[in-house]
Amino acid sequence: MTNKNPGAQLRLQRFFGQNETILLLVLLAMVTAITAVSPRFLGPENLFSILLSASYTGIFAIGFLLVLVSGGLDVSFTAVATVAQYAMGTVLLANPDISPALALLIPLLVGMALGSLNALLIHYLSAPPIIITIANLNIFFGLLQFITGGEWLNGFPEWFDHFPQTYVLSFENADGVKYGLSVIVMIWLAVAVVAGVLMHYFKAGRKLYAMGGNLEAARRAGIDILRYRIFAYGFLGFCAGLGGMVHTLITQTVVPNTLVGHEFDVVAAVVLGGASIFGGSGTVVGTVLGVGLLAVLSNALTIMKVPTYWHEVFVGAIVILSITITTLSALAARNREKKYHAQ
Amino acid sequence: MLNNLLAASRAWGKRNAEMAALPFLLVGVVLLLSVAIEITSEGNVHFLSVENFGAMAAQIPELGLLSLAMMVTMLTAGINLSIISSANLVGVTMAITMLTFGPGAASAGLTLPLIVLTIVGGLLFSVLLGLFNGLLIAKLKITPVLATLGTMILYEGLTLAITKGYVISGMPEEFLVIASGDVFGVPYALIVFTVAAVVMAYVLQRRPFGRQLYMLGSNQTAASFSAVNIDRVILKTYMLSGLLVGLAAIIMLSRFSSANARQGTSLLLVTVLIAVLGGTDPDGGFGKVLGLVMALVIMQCITSGLNLLGISSFLTLGLWGALLIGVIAYRSYRAKNPGNRPKSVSA
Repeated sequence: MTNKNPGAQLRLQRFFGQNETILLLVLLAMVTAITAVSPRFLGPENLFSILLSASYTGIFAIGFLLVLVSGGLDVSFTAVATVAQYAMGTVLLANPDISPALALLIPLLVGMALGSLNALLIHYLSAPPIIITIANLNIFFGLLQFITGGEWLNGFPEWFDHFPQTYVLSFENADGVKYGLSVIVMIWLAVAVVAGVLMHYFKAGRKLYAMGGNLEAARRAGIDILRYRIFAYGFLGFCAGLGGMVHTLITQTVVPNTLVGHEFDVVAAVVLGGASIFGGSGTVVGTVLGVGLLAVLSNALTIMKVPTYWHEVFVGAIVILSITITTLSALAARNREKKYHAQ
Repeated sequence: MLNNLLAASRAWGKRNAEMAALPFLLVGVVLLLSVAIEITSEGNVHFLSVENFGAMAAQIPELGLLSLAMMVTMLTAGINLSIISSANLVGVTMAITMLTFGPGAASAGLTLPLIVLTIVGGLLFSVLLGLFNGLLIAKLKITPVLATLGTMILYEGLTLAITKGYVISGMPEEFLVIASGDVFGVPYALIVFTVAAVVMAYVLQRRPFGRQLYMLGSNQTAASFSAVNIDRVILKTYMLSGLLVGLAAIIMLSRFSSANARQGTSLLLVTVLIAVLGGTDPDGGFGKVLGLVMALVIMQCITSGLNLLGISSFLTLGLWGALLIGVIAYRSYRAKNPGNRPKSVSA
């Protein structure tokens, strides 16, 4: 089929073929289907609770996206988050009168430090990121378990307990129980917006895409690879710390093995959101939609009383399916561009 | 005579720079551990004892097979993160088959044929699981890390769905012989591993497929211009990896007499560590079975030594991670500072 204006056709194809558009349609279709089965699903109370329970996964996912876009990989962030939680919890229990700002700063700093450590090791040892981060996952988690003896932390100060019940929008349900859009969801959205702006409009973000697209080309274009690796992995560390903090705020306890082992929910959300496994592509909007889709799916499975051990089958199948689709469409796009340039 | 031997060993060390340090490391580890254990246990427990070596020999086969499964994919610059979940899926499937048909077969006197059929079926199934990995990587061009990450979650999920999270146990006596039986004191499982290791070494060093596998790992573009069918080599590699996983699954099922979805998940790190410590380059192209076997023995000595010393398994986990990074750091240092190594081997 010949076309007089292949450029316009390409743009049109891109818009309708865009991963975000497809995801949004799938998400809407799912919400409609689930609402038809169980009308209570669409109520604001349930939606707010889905958003709240997805918030820490969402925060992890934003950080993971940055690393994946830069062509890296990090599976140690759940261990980083756990270490950060423990650091915060220990300080809070030892000094209950510590100023909230200072207490909440601790997990962020711990996260950034451990994330940057990953970046330094990957850079200086020039080893595959998956191997370095598997090693670090075990170092962080093993040492934490060894030092703390797997002890649970709870009984945090009052302000810490009330924090998640700070609502931006608040309502009362028929039984007079207060519910609303928690400030924690706003933290997630704030991280997403900051990351989105950073990735799209700032040089730092564009450099990450360049690194993921072709590391050697990026190096020769004068990008300081080490600096931007530290930036990407450090940002993931920051998100891990923040996600760990949010998780503690929601559950009010620190347990060493709740987060570790759930890395793949985050990986699933990010690849579902269309971040390419080739590196160099992926958007914050896609990632947020990916997290939303998995959260809705998991909520729907629970509503439909599907046993929890089936959830993992769904997650695995979705990951493989979405990786396959993203890869194939990336290959197809590459071929189309080749053809276009050849004309 | 002695001079000839020394010269030969020096030549070997030069040819195998990536694993030349391992024999010394092995001796060092054994000496250190036996002294440490002798002191701490005040002579009640000995590292250099028949019982301890027997216990170590029992754990070597499955870990060795899993490490071989990891290594072949690393040689092609890939990785197989799904080995543990594949092993569990295969183990659970075999366990259920034997439990379902076991009583009927036993009353008909067909227990042995059932076990043979289950083993053959289990191996075929594990090759299929490997083939699926290979198809994702070769045909759909998904990077090995993400493809096997996806199948790792999928296989574990399937196992969980099949078992509903329960442990499946109570295998027939005749099946347990695989792990418990021996010939002249050598356990069957160890024989299986030895045969697998020798066959693997032969295939990798002497067969066209093995050489193609290394070529692919060194430079995929060059290999494809040298008329190597890349897709076929990748498919075969992941099927071979699956087969080795299947053997490990049989031995694990026989040793524990039970299977579940989350058995041995921490072994993934250990298999990577053994492969890398044994001289396999995670970027592909380099690595030998002999190095892997030496690394395996070293690791097993350390594991059982730390165990005898009463060190927490979590601390051991941390140590494995640190050791892996240490080995990679050493490699990277050697690669950047070739020192007195002959120029021809500098990579």
